Amino acid sequence: MSTAPRPSQPPRAKLAVRDLNFYYGKFHALKGINLDIPENKVTAFIGPSGCGKSTLLRTFNRMFELYPEQRAQGQILLDGEDLLTSRQDVALIRAKVGMVFQKPTPFPMSIYDNIAFGVKLFESLNATDMDERVEWALRKAALWTEVKDKLHQSGAGLSGGQQQRLCIARGIAVLPEVLLLDEPCSALDPISTAKIEELIAELKNDYTVVIVTHNMQQAARCSDYTAYMYLGDLMEFGATEQMFFKPQRKETEDYITGRFG
Amino acid sequence: MTTSQKLLSAATLAQTRQARFAARKRLNQVALALSLAAMAFGVFWLVWILWETLRLGLSGLSLSLFTEMTPPPNEAGGLANALFGSGVMVLLATFVGTPIGILAGVYLAEYGRQGALAGCTRFVNDILLSAPSIVIGLFVYTVVVARFKSFSGWAGVLALALIVIPVVIRTTENMLLLVPASLREAAYALGTPKWKVITLVTLRAARAGVITGVLLAVARIAGETAPLLFTALNNQFWNADLSKPMASLPVTIFKFAMSPYENWQQLAWAAVFLITVAVLGLNILARVLTRQK
Repeated sequence: MSTAPRPSQPPRAKLAVRDLNFYYGKFHALKGINLDIPENKVTAFIGPSGCGKSTLLRTFNRMFELYPEQRAQGQILLDGEDLLTSRQDVALIRAKVGMVFQKPTPFPMSIYDNIAFGVKLFESLNATDMDERVEWALRKAALWTEVKDKLHQSGAGLSGGQQQRLCIARGIAVLPEVLLLDEPCSALDPISTAKIEELIAELKNDYTVVIVTHNMQQAARCSDYTAYMYLGDLMEFGATEQMFFKPQRKETEDYITGRFG
Repeated sequence: MTTSQKLLSAATLAQTRQARFAARKRLNQVALALSLAAMAFGVFWLVWILWETLRLGLSGLSLSLFTEMTPPPNEAGGLANALFGSGVMVLLATFVGTPIGILAGVYLAEYGRQGALAGCTRFVNDILLSAPSIVIGLFVYTVVVARFKSFSGWAGVLALALIVIPVVIRTTENMLLLVPASLREAAYALGTPKWKVITLVTLRAARAGVITGVLLAVARIAGETAPLLFTALNNQFWNADLSKPMASLPVTIFKFAMSPYENWQQLAWAAVFLITVAVLGLNILARVLTRQK
């Protein structure tokens, strides 16, 4: 549906969505989505509740497959390979496409084991390398200084903001290529939110980041590209600056300026 | 409306509010009094039972209880064979029943949430859960005892295990269903295979609840009489051979308490005391485990 002109010199598309339709049982939740998500950039999905932002995000790692009544039709190309019909094991796809959820979800184990858990699934590191990897991930998630003296305490004992950063550290520790963030700051206070936004800005040097957010300022602050969705349609997609200052469609402008309704 | 009229209506409003509040307060007091009375009624019997157990059981406690066999009428003795039999049969039944129960509970909660097989299993399990234990005792009697023409400890283990399984299935399933879907999704999102999600994340998150279920099942079978009456029967002598009839505390209580002999009655009360303390201990342990969560 997007008719917005692409910015000059479009970067390579890491994820390309082609004619994607999605159904919750009989409900048609995504309608013919076409979208290129650029590599090593932050792409934000915005739109009112129920517009399909999270649904779209959850097709990128085939999370919807956990629920038998949900299905997707179309193509999602990760580096050119369709991951919906891929013969690769879904676990290998998820190792490449990591995800952080709205609510912090520390596993019932120590902080250290929370990070090591995912790494152990695909790599066999010796103790020193694993220690290094855990420290690297925790530093990257701006959590290291706060937890370095209690790595072997339960992850559930951390504050909400720390738990969310722990989940981000867990997500990047497995070295994915794409990181999906589903409203990662909606349960956090402004200080934790600022930390996570800084982190997102830093992450895009190495990862392709896709973030779903309800917070327009957040999308404006930390994304390079923005997609506006409404009722299962992709209304407009383009460089964030352009979306916020010169939206092509009136609906986008109304939503962004708060005159939606 | 003039200002004075407004004030007047405000005053009546305050009055009605006050009256409503007073009525609600009275109702609250009545309801609270009724609940307290109901609680006192329950606790009264419970305390009486515990008191009688303590009063009649405590005086029978002695070291010989643990060293001597169940005696003939009017002779000194203990409960060593019954204690041993109960211990062995309860332990083995728990070892047999727990893995089956946990695996079936995992299937119901993680694999077959909606399938016909799971629905059927759940229904059958509910029936088993509420089946009178004497039915299970008679069932094992017909299929094991009657066939092998001998009462045996193994038959007792089987009957008790059949009681453990549905309890553990039910608690395991319920506890796993309490684990939030977001935790499961987070584990899958890392590319974790299903069996690892279950063993390393969801079962671990539900650990305290599952262990509590097992402890409560143990507490339940520790006092079951009917299933043992038809299976392990009883044995006056020390017996560690599970293919022979075996003594147990509940059956000993049943036999001794009904007898006219004073020393047997005394031993029955001592056995009642021991079982009560064990069950109480298990329940407290279960409480402590769930609270730590």
